Amino acid sequence: MSTNTMQVSNRGKKVDKRPMNLVERAYLPAVFGGMITTFKHIFKKTPTIRYPEVKREFADIYRGVHILARDENGAERCTACGLCALSCPAEAITMTSAERLPGEENLYREEKYASRYEINMLRCIFCGLCEEACPKAAIFLTESMASPAMDRGNFIYGKDRLVEPLQRPELHINAFEEERRTKWIEGR
Amino acid sequence: MDSTLLIDKSVLILVVFGITLGIATYSTLAERKVASWIQDRIGPDRAGPFGILQPLTDAVKFFFKEEIIPDHSNKFLFILGPSLSMLTACITSAVIPWGRDLQMFGRTIHLQAADINIGVLYVFGVVSLGVYGIMIGGWASNNKFSLLGAIRASSQMISYELAMGLAVISILMMSESLSLRDIVENQHGFIHWNVFCQPLACVIFLTCAFAECNRAPFDLAECESELVGGYHTEFSSMKLGLYLFAEYINVFVSAALISTLFFGGYNFPGMYLLEGKIDANIISMLGTLAFFMKIFFFIFFFMWVRWTLPRFRYDQLMKLGWQMLLPLSIINVLLTGGVLTWLELK
Repeated sequence: MSTNTMQVSNRGKKVDKRPMNLVERAYLPAVFGGMITTFKHIFKKTPTIRYPEVKREFADIYRGVHILARDENGAERCTACGLCALSCPAEAITMTSAERLPGEENLYREEKYASRYEINMLRCIFCGLCEEACPKAAIFLTESMASPAMDRGNFIYGKDRLVEPLQRPELHINAFEEERRTKWIEGR
Repeated sequence: MDSTLLIDKSVLILVVFGITLGIATYSTLAERKVASWIQDRIGPDRAGPFGILQPLTDAVKFFFKEEIIPDHSNKFLFILGPSLSMLTACITSAVIPWGRDLQMFGRTIHLQAADINIGVLYVFGVVSLGVYGIMIGGWASNNKFSLLGAIRASSQMISYELAMGLAVISILMMSESLSLRDIVENQHGFIHWNVFCQPLACVIFLTCAFAECNRAPFDLAECESELVGGYHTEFSSMKLGLYLFAEYINVFVSAALISTLFFGGYNFPGMYLLEGKIDANIISMLGTLAFFMKIFFFIFFFMWVRWTLPRFRYDQLMKLGWQMLLPLSIINVLLTGGVLTWLELK
């Protein structure tokens, strides 16, 4: 068996190598056929999503930018245990812990909290291991994407950009995130 | 020459000029839109609703770009090139009949800038001048790619002019006149359109028109993959803009010529039914409308072909021009002559 006739996938097609006949050499029928093909495409639906106006729907399990959650009273859940930083395969998370002072009970849920919490969005691979490692249900990956920036410094997100805002949490945590959080807490 | 004629002609020339430039402007947008539709895209839609301000932004961009004239170029010829290209593109439309005579303000108005009795010859003369714009621009650039592009363009245009001229000769034999108005009047009635009497000449003329406009599939003069930008490689700012703009004017004029020579010009099917029943002025206006519909169709046709066919190789182009189109058009002339003689003898 020569290589010419050998079939590996059995999907090969035989090439027609006969010389062109008069109609084919006249080009015009082929040109006309091609033009019909392109004309059909004019009426096809374009798959384009007009981005700033229309946003593509994400899957339910999409992992975007992190959020540091608050509890039902508005206090930060994070206790700066460092498990997220430990679990992070990209070593994107750094934090400094601090002790809660008397009178700060409304701000921090437990006696220890993160005074500095930074995620480097250039290092982060959005794997979601921090979310899985967190024993306090404090960090979640949301559906929003990291916004573009002009310099590297702006990609290091501090607490100012990570902590869930107090006033309008619905902007940042949607119903699905809420459900995921309650399920997680119930599971413990 | 009386003053009313002067006023009529000046207004007509200004209007035709304005329409030519306007259509050429919007052809740039139409080209991108047609390309996007054929490629399942949306195309430019950011500047104004549906992108209708896109040509304006393009023009502003061209004007504000830095203008570079290469050090070792011939400056006079370098500036002359795009100017000549634009000039020859603009003056072709002078002999095209836009519609029947209008009876207005108590006098007859000819909707044609100049009804010269050698209209077809004038068109061919001006079209062959168009080569100079490209040739001079490419030569003056002092750049190998530009020169190659210019040489390709000029030899291509000269080669295809032969077949084009011979295709038109068969039309002239039938209408027995070189005036474009006579040729249109000769096509009165749908079945008398030259496309039905002279289908071969029509195909040859269409193919040659693509080559004359330097448009795909014969756009070898600006073949990006081989020659950077072809003859306009060194041109920047509005000089480049003029070259590109001249191309679209040429497309418009070619579309008008094809409609005039083969598709009945301002005649439309059912025209004779309206004759005498409604005002003659309205019929001529409808005719002008029909003429522009035909022109728009052929402009679309030019773009449609561009986004369907791949570019020819240079030897294929020359082979097609000299070995296929030229003999075919000569045979067509002989056939037409034979049939006409036979009809006369009968």
